[in-house]
Formats: sequence, C-alpha cells, structure tokens
Amino acid sequence: MSLVSIRDVRKSFGANEVLKGVSLDIAKGDVVAIIGRSGSGKSTLLRCINGLETYQSGSITADGIEVAGANTNLRELRRHVGMVFQQFNLFPHLTAAENVMLAPTVVNKVSKAEARATAAEVLAKVGLSEKMDAYPSELSGGQQQRVAIARSLAMRPKVLLCDEITSALDPELVNEVLRVVEQLAREGMTLILVTHEMRFARDVGTKLVFMHHGKVHEEGVPKEVFAAPRTPELQQFVGQVG
Amino acid sequence: MLQFSFWDILSNLLIATQWTIVLSLIAFFCGGIVGLVLLFMRTSRIAPLAWFTKIYIEFFQGTPLLMQLFLFFFGIALFGVEVSPWTAATLALTFWTSAFLTEIWRGCVESIPKGQWEASSSLALSYIEQMRYVILPQASRIAIAPTVGFSVQVIKGTALASIIGFVELTKAGTMLNNATFRPFLVYSLVALIYFCLCFPLSWWAKKIEGRLNVAR
Ligand SMILES: Nc1ncnc2c1ncn2[C@@H]1O[C@H](COP(=O)(O)OP(=O)(O)OP(=O)(O)O)[C@@H](O)[C@H]1O
Ligand SMILES: [Mg+2]
Repeated sequence: MSLVSIRDVRKSFGANEVLKGVSLDIAKGDVVAIIGRSGSGKSTLLRCINGLETYQSGSITADGIEVAGANTNLRELRRHVGMVFQQFNLFPHLTAAENVMLAPTVVNKVSKAEARATAAEVLAKVGLSEKMDAYPSELSGGQQQRVAIARSLAMRPKVLLCDEITSALDPELVNEVLRVVEQLAREGMTLILVTHEMRFARDVGTKLVFMHHGKVHEEGVPKEVFAAPRTPELQQFVGQVG
Repeated sequence: MLQFSFWDILSNLLIATQWTIVLSLIAFFCGGIVGLVLLFMRTSRIAPLAWFTKIYIEFFQGTPLLMQLFLFFFGIALFGVEVSPWTAATLALTFWTSAFLTEIWRGCVESIPKGQWEASSSLALSYIEQMRYVILPQASRIAIAPTVGFSVQVIKGTALASIIGFVELTKAGTMLNNATFRPFLVYSLVALIYFCLCFPLSWWAKKIEGRLNVAR
C-alpha cells in the first residue's frame, strides 16, 4: 500500500492548467526527488499534497487521509505531513527551541517540558544543540533551514515535503542541509523533495520524477534514469543542469 | 453675577478634562476589544464574516462621527429606550474607534509575509492558533506606533460628545464661555489642555515608529 497516492490530479490557476493529470505512488521509506524546469508544476504538486493548494480533479491520499478540497481534515493531514520551504519561514519572534516546540504544544497539547525534550532531541539531530535559545536572526541560512527541518520533525511526520530547501542558501551552506536530509533518508523517513541538486537526487533518491509541462514526463530509479534518459526533454534538462 | 477668576476657569476645565480622559479610555479600550474581534472576522476565510466586517468598517469610517453620535443618541430613543448622553457617546465612540483600529491592525497583519501563514498552516495550526501564536505577536510590534497615533484621534473625537450634552472638556468650555464672556481665554485654555493630552501621545508614537524602523 502506498503512503502517498496521487491519481490523475489536475490543477489550474484560472485558465492556466499547471498540473495536467499527475499520478504518483510513494511508498513508505521512499525518497522521491522531483526535478524539472521552472514553472513545470513541481511546487504546486507538493503544495497539493498537504492542502496548501486545492486541485480541480483527481485524488490525493496521504497516510490514509483523503486530500479533497473543503472536506479535508487538514489538521489531521498536516499532523502527519510536514513541509520545509525554500525560504525557511521560521517564526522570527521565537527562539529555535520555541519554533520547534510550538506545534507540539499547541496542536498536540504536549506539555512544555516534554516539548522541550523533543526540541532538544530534534535540534541535536540537525546538529544545533548549542543553538536552542538563539533567535532566527542570529543564525546563518543553513542553520535556519536546519531548525525548520527540526520544527517539522518534532511533529513526527510520516512524510516530509521539501520544496527546494537549499535554493536560497549560499553554496557553502548547502551541504550541511543536504547532510541532514541524507541522514533522514537513511533512517527511513519518507521524503518528497523538489530539488535542483542533481547529484543529491541521484545518490540519495530512491525514485526520480521528471516533471515537464504539468505532467510526470519520466520516472524511475534515479541512477538508471540519469544514466539513460529516455525522453529528449530529460536528456536536454540533464545536459543543461548536470 | 458670579465672578470667575482665571483659576476658577482653569479648575473647572480640569475637572471636565477628567471626563474627556475617562471617555477616551473607555472608547479606546472597548474599541480595542471590539476591534480585535473584528480583526479576526475581517481576516478570516469565512466570507460572510469578512463581508459583515467590511460593511461595518465602511459605515463607521465613511460617515461623520457626529452623525453616529446622533444616531445612537436619538436613534435608540425611537425604540422607546431612554439613552443618556454618556451611553450614546460611549457606544458611538467605541464602534467608531473599533472600525479604525481594525483597519489599522489589518494592515499590520497583512504586512506579515505569506510564508509565516504557510509554515504555520503546514504545522497543523488552526486559523485562531496561527493568529494567536504566530501572526499577532509579530503584527502587534508594527501596530504599536499607528495605534498610539490613533489614540490622539479618539481624544479629539470625544469633543463631539459635547454636542449631545455630555459634559467633557469642550462642553465645559462652552458653558464657561457663556458664563464669563471671555471666549479667547476659555478656548485657549481648552485647546492647551487638549494639546497637553495629545502631544505626548503623538510624540511617543513617532518615537517608537522611528525605533522600529531602525530595528528592521
Ligand atoms: N498562486 C498562483 N497563482 C497563479 N499562478 C500560479 C500560482 N502559483 C504558481 N502559479 C503558476 O503555476 C505554474 C507552476 O508553478 P510552480 O511554482 O508549481 O512551478 P515550479 O515547477 O515549482 O517552478 P520553480 O522551479 O520556478 O519553483 C507557473 O506557471 C506559475 O506561474
Ligand atoms: Mg517551485
């Protein structure tokens, strides 16, 4: 049984059809790397999975919860589906630990002490034990993004969605974030990553999805797909970025 | 006829000033509470609530405060309920204040980056929780300066309550003028007292505005 199942999803912004019938099956423990040109609908697809965007037709199920417009139990869905953003989006008025503790205390009604213990654990996991009481403005971009990952992990998500989480970082800070993601992958976390890091997609991904004009144009095992892209579009794309 | 010395005039005005201050405080705090409720309604995704609030705000911002005072004072009386100038002034000023504060605060809420909403949504927070823990703590910092600035308008707005017979600073001035026939002296003092109430507030508002601009 797949953990996330996407069936023939179509999504338009006004007259602009951005997803033109996307289907994907993601199993527990999969590390799915979604690549593709700017505007091909990668972010939109990711945002449909946790209900940040609604779609017009098709169906999405994540961890047994149907993501279906207004009737979706968004709270339940988002307790199990985490998301990390390109721009970190940390809460600037809260310390690293408070950022991490917020959802467990407010949503899961966990005690402050327990939430703080969880925060210590997940911040240690991303290598930021020393920065628990630092405010986001006191952290580098790489550190902020690692706090953002920790913040999602504190909810013990079944799936983590990552939308170009290294694209806003200075090149020398990219690796510290990728290492954290790689560690998560090794521990068996189910990850869906939109990324421009081709080497990372090949080495860490268990599944590669190439999106083109709102469709899954090609998918498969990353090493095989990269070694022998079948479609000219992917050949060209890999040639350009890789 | 009674003779009024300068000190008599001043002390009478200062006594009435207390009522200006009380009315301002009530209008400001009740208006703030109503305004906060309206803010939640205005920025919520529940369309009828947002619409109701929009119309409410348009009405209280788009009509003169004096007309609102008349409506509360004479309008409610039409239903057979006797309304004191005090009640009418409190109600009108509260609603009027709430409409402006809601709009000021909505601007502050909307200046918070969309990413803050998306990140907190993705963490399963509800709308009320997002406002409470993520948006308002940030928006309130930006809101302090314009809110304090607007309190000056509230103080000046209370002057209109004199017209429906509420004895505050302006009304006391009018009464003293009628008794003493020294309009220049009386109204100079009235103006001076208003200035002493308002100036520290607008000065403070400017100061915190400047400080926030430096901090950002
Ligand atoms: N909120 C929106 N309103 C209208 N159009 C949108 C909106 N969000 C995205 N789009 C459009 O949808 C299309 C796909 O956007 P999307 O962000 O999913 O692309 P992407 O593959 O993530 O690109 P990038 O690599 O640049 O992030 C684009 O044409 C974009 O202009
Ligand atoms: Mg994108």
